[in-house]
Amino acid sequence: MLSWIIWIPVIGMVAIALIPRENIRLIKIVTAVATGIQFLLTLLLWSKFDLANGGFQFMERAEWIPSFNITYILGVDGLSLPMVILTGLLFFLGTFVSWNISRAHKGYFALFLLLDTGVIGVFLSLDFFLFYVFWEVMLLPMYFLIGIWGGPQREYAAIKFFLYTLFGSVLMLIAILALYFACDRTFDMLLLMQTAPTALNGVMWWGMSAVKVIWVMLFIGFAIKVPIFPFHTWLPLVHVEAPTAISVILAGILLKLGVYGILRINYTMLPVAVWWFAGALAVLGLINVIWGAMCALAQTDLKKLVAYSSINHMGYLLIGMAAVIAAGEVNGNNLLAAQAGLGGAVFQMFNHGTISAMLFILVGVIYDRAHHRDIEGFGGLATQMPIYSGIVAVAFFAGLGLPGLSGFVSEAMCLIGAFPVFKAIVIAATLGILLNAAYFLWAFQRIFMGELNEKYKELPEINRMELFTVIPLAVITLFFGVYPRPFLDLISSTMNVIIDTVANMGGIAGLY
Amino acid sequence: MSNLQSLSLYWPELILTVTVLLTIVVDLFYSNKESGRTAFWVLGGLILTQAAISFQDSAIVTTLFMDNLAFDPFATFFKSLIILSTILVIFISQRTHELDGYRTGEYYALIAVMVFGMFLMASAIDLIMVYISIEIVSITSFILAGYLRGDRRSNEAALKYVIYGAFSSGIMLFGLSIVFGLAGSTKFFAIQEAMWNLEGSANFAFTLAAIFILAGFGYKISAVPFHFWTPDVYEGAPTSITAYLSVAPKAVGFAVAIRFFNQVFGDGGSFIDPSLTTFTELPWPQLLAILAVASMTLGNLVAIQQSSVKRMLAYSSIAHAGYMLMALPTLSSQGVYAVMIYLVMYLFMNLGAFFVVIYVKSQGGGESFEDYSGLGWKMPIVGIVMTIFMLSLTGIPPTAGFIGKFYLFAAVIKTGPQLYWLAIVGAINSVISLYFYMRVVKVMFFEGEPSATVVVPPLAIMLIFMALAIPSVVFGVYWTPIANWVSQSLVLYTQVI
Repeated sequence: MLSWIIWIPVIGMVAIALIPRENIRLIKIVTAVATGIQFLLTLLLWSKFDLANGGFQFMERAEWIPSFNITYILGVDGLSLPMVILTGLLFFLGTFVSWNISRAHKGYFALFLLLDTGVIGVFLSLDFFLFYVFWEVMLLPMYFLIGIWGGPQREYAAIKFFLYTLFGSVLMLIAILALYFACDRTFDMLLLMQTAPTALNGVMWWGMSAVKVIWVMLFIGFAIKVPIFPFHTWLPLVHVEAPTAISVILAGILLKLGVYGILRINYTMLPVAVWWFAGALAVLGLINVIWGAMCALAQTDLKKLVAYSSINHMGYLLIGMAAVIAAGEVNGNNLLAAQAGLGGAVFQMFNHGTISAMLFILVGVIYDRAHHRDIEGFGGLATQMPIYSGIVAVAFFAGLGLPGLSGFVSEAMCLIGAFPVFKAIVIAATLGILLNAAYFLWAFQRIFMGELNEKYKELPEINRMELFTVIPLAVITLFFGVYPRPFLDLISSTMNVIIDTVANMGGIAGLY
Repeated sequence: MSNLQSLSLYWPELILTVTVLLTIVVDLFYSNKESGRTAFWVLGGLILTQAAISFQDSAIVTTLFMDNLAFDPFATFFKSLIILSTILVIFISQRTHELDGYRTGEYYALIAVMVFGMFLMASAIDLIMVYISIEIVSITSFILAGYLRGDRRSNEAALKYVIYGAFSSGIMLFGLSIVFGLAGSTKFFAIQEAMWNLEGSANFAFTLAAIFILAGFGYKISAVPFHFWTPDVYEGAPTSITAYLSVAPKAVGFAVAIRFFNQVFGDGGSFIDPSLTTFTELPWPQLLAILAVASMTLGNLVAIQQSSVKRMLAYSSIAHAGYMLMALPTLSSQGVYAVMIYLVMYLFMNLGAFFVVIYVKSQGGGESFEDYSGLGWKMPIVGIVMTIFMLSLTGIPPTAGFIGKFYLFAAVIKTGPQLYWLAIVGAINSVISLYFYMRVVKVMFFEGEPSATVVVPPLAIMLIFMALAIPSVVFGVYWTPIANWVSQSLVLYTQVI
């Protein structure tokens, strides 16, 4: 089943390649069908998922390149399943967000589906080589999608994105190979999770601990994707230039790949170094919170504001991730705090996926009508587009963490979890929430309140196709804001496994 | 083996010799217009040669002609690689209009001579044989580079090539003569034996000789700082010859360098003990590492600034020599294995990129980046195929180029932390190279608009594109056949000392 989830978009891509390029409608329908089937399969996966099992399920395994011990292994656990469902959902909705792209439809939808395969492949692959291949396969469609269908500075944005992420991934490749040779020549992540945590203990390279070196190399690769300060500079530019649907995918899923990578690989394969880095991670999280919020405050471009809000939101998540060390003996075995922090981080991944997707779709809606995104250039739109304004209000409130919406739950969990270990950082980050509220509310005020700008008297209301893409996300946000239990049940077993892995290393943390 | 016995293992080369002679004779009966048909004679000869190679018993590992040539799977691998690339280049040559108006009988005959020279290079284990074979290849390539007699740039290329070639082979010959003076023999194994008993006072002379010889090899594979001829020759020569020079002589340049370093300075090519070295005075693995870093960094940085795609590819070929050199300081079988895999992958992607350059030019375009503007919309197939080659040259999965780089990095990292810096430099270089390779893609697709009419290349051209592009992708996903072929070929003739 997992193979089907990965390869259905490729089948769709081949089908599109065979359709004559004049037949735009059919191309769109094929894309919608392919992503739709994929989404249904991910839901089916959820329904069959065994919640009590923290390990990998639905495993698939096949020979690939035996001479280098490369295997085709797929599997899903409580960490990847939410991301897989999110990917299925956002690509399905993304098809409809892209419904009105202006040119070269055939290429666009073919690349869109290739991107889908790359992203979902990263979440599902359990062989390090396969993981890396999917990780890179994703870059190429992104490059073209931004470069051909993007805004005025698209060429610069596309190559900047490509160079940045490739830099991260080559460092990752070297780390992968170093692990491969250190751990008895295997790319099998399941094996690596058993052998890698201890294989490198005590090994020194140029006076530095090998564990730390590999950890940092992997971390940089992932941090560029998240993006974590100071590797975040590509994000605002790329977001502004990318077409709406690609911004949605980028914010909704691609940023999560970085976090997923850290949790899946850094946390479980080199847990010792987590102890060493957790403090720095929390500090980086705080910087992301404050820096992202300050930059967002200064923006006049609505899309850039939303882009910086992503950086801001990722900060809470990092603080939550750092809380995992609360479960160690040194910190009094505070398992509850670790569960809250790590669970909150994963929940935040999902929530930010839905909320930021919503925000970018809504920015796209207004841009399609007014052909600009200057926050100062609107005013009083609430009277002209009441429905739109209402939905934006929901999205903005979700973004600023209003209780009752899902963003609040996950951010609160992150901060509560981290409080026992990083008191000062959490207090400072809580102040960041104020800034967070400030930039969203101020933007809302400038766009929707006050006198209606004369120019926009004729602005049409949000249409049904657009509503169709936003409403499901809004419903999810509301539902999980009130009742997060189903989500937390889904991830808890796997979270406990990860917490165990890291916590057990606390005792030997001094040894590396 | 004695001379007469050797002949029984020498069928491929004999067939090749007959092919050369036959081609020259047959050409006499063709008119100027028909002279291109000699290509088919050469093709036929090459196929027969490959057949003869395939029929040879791969279990035999010996030397031929009184220890002048090695007969081992390693040499056979390179011979097959050369034949493959030559066949592709002959097909490409027939499709280019660059050679229109010139008699091409000699052109194909010279290519066959060059193949013969490269066969010798791949199997030489004697200093004299190394020198002669390198000269055969060099002199034929001088003529081929200047084949466009009416084109000043082609003449300039040939002249520059001759001067650099003469200079570097002179230096190498000087180095070889010093080695002979010190060791008293021209055979690799005798030299290795002599090195064990070398007196301390001879070390300086040997260091000097090693560096001189390195200059000769460096010239052949166009590694920095022996690369100066590369851009001008690559730009001026007929593009099909440029493509050829960037693939086949480079491959055998690596073959001869691998043999020399492993058999003379290393453990004799048995790969039993990679740390064994007969030459501790000169830190030659580190020297090779520095050459590797210099080649890839300079090649990539200069390639960024080029305005001509052909010249960009010339610098990129310098960079690729650097990537491959990365694996030699490992002194391990993994290193050699990685270079051999890389050469196979490199053959397809580099020939492919040059073939696109040829095709675009023959369609009325030029060689500068502006000429590629909007190409992806006008000729979508060419655009997509070129994108594949560019990605493969960058090393983005799932392309063949990635697999090649993957093995190189793996070999470097396997060696241990002392070479991690090299892997990191190589990785960063890949990122730099992305910029200029993607520039081609950028001008092809990001400029211009979707056009109503698209140009589809004729069938013969399409077949060549597919023959180069499909392996560039397929070997990026499934390369077990290549891996098996290479690992079976990783047997060098060794002599226990």
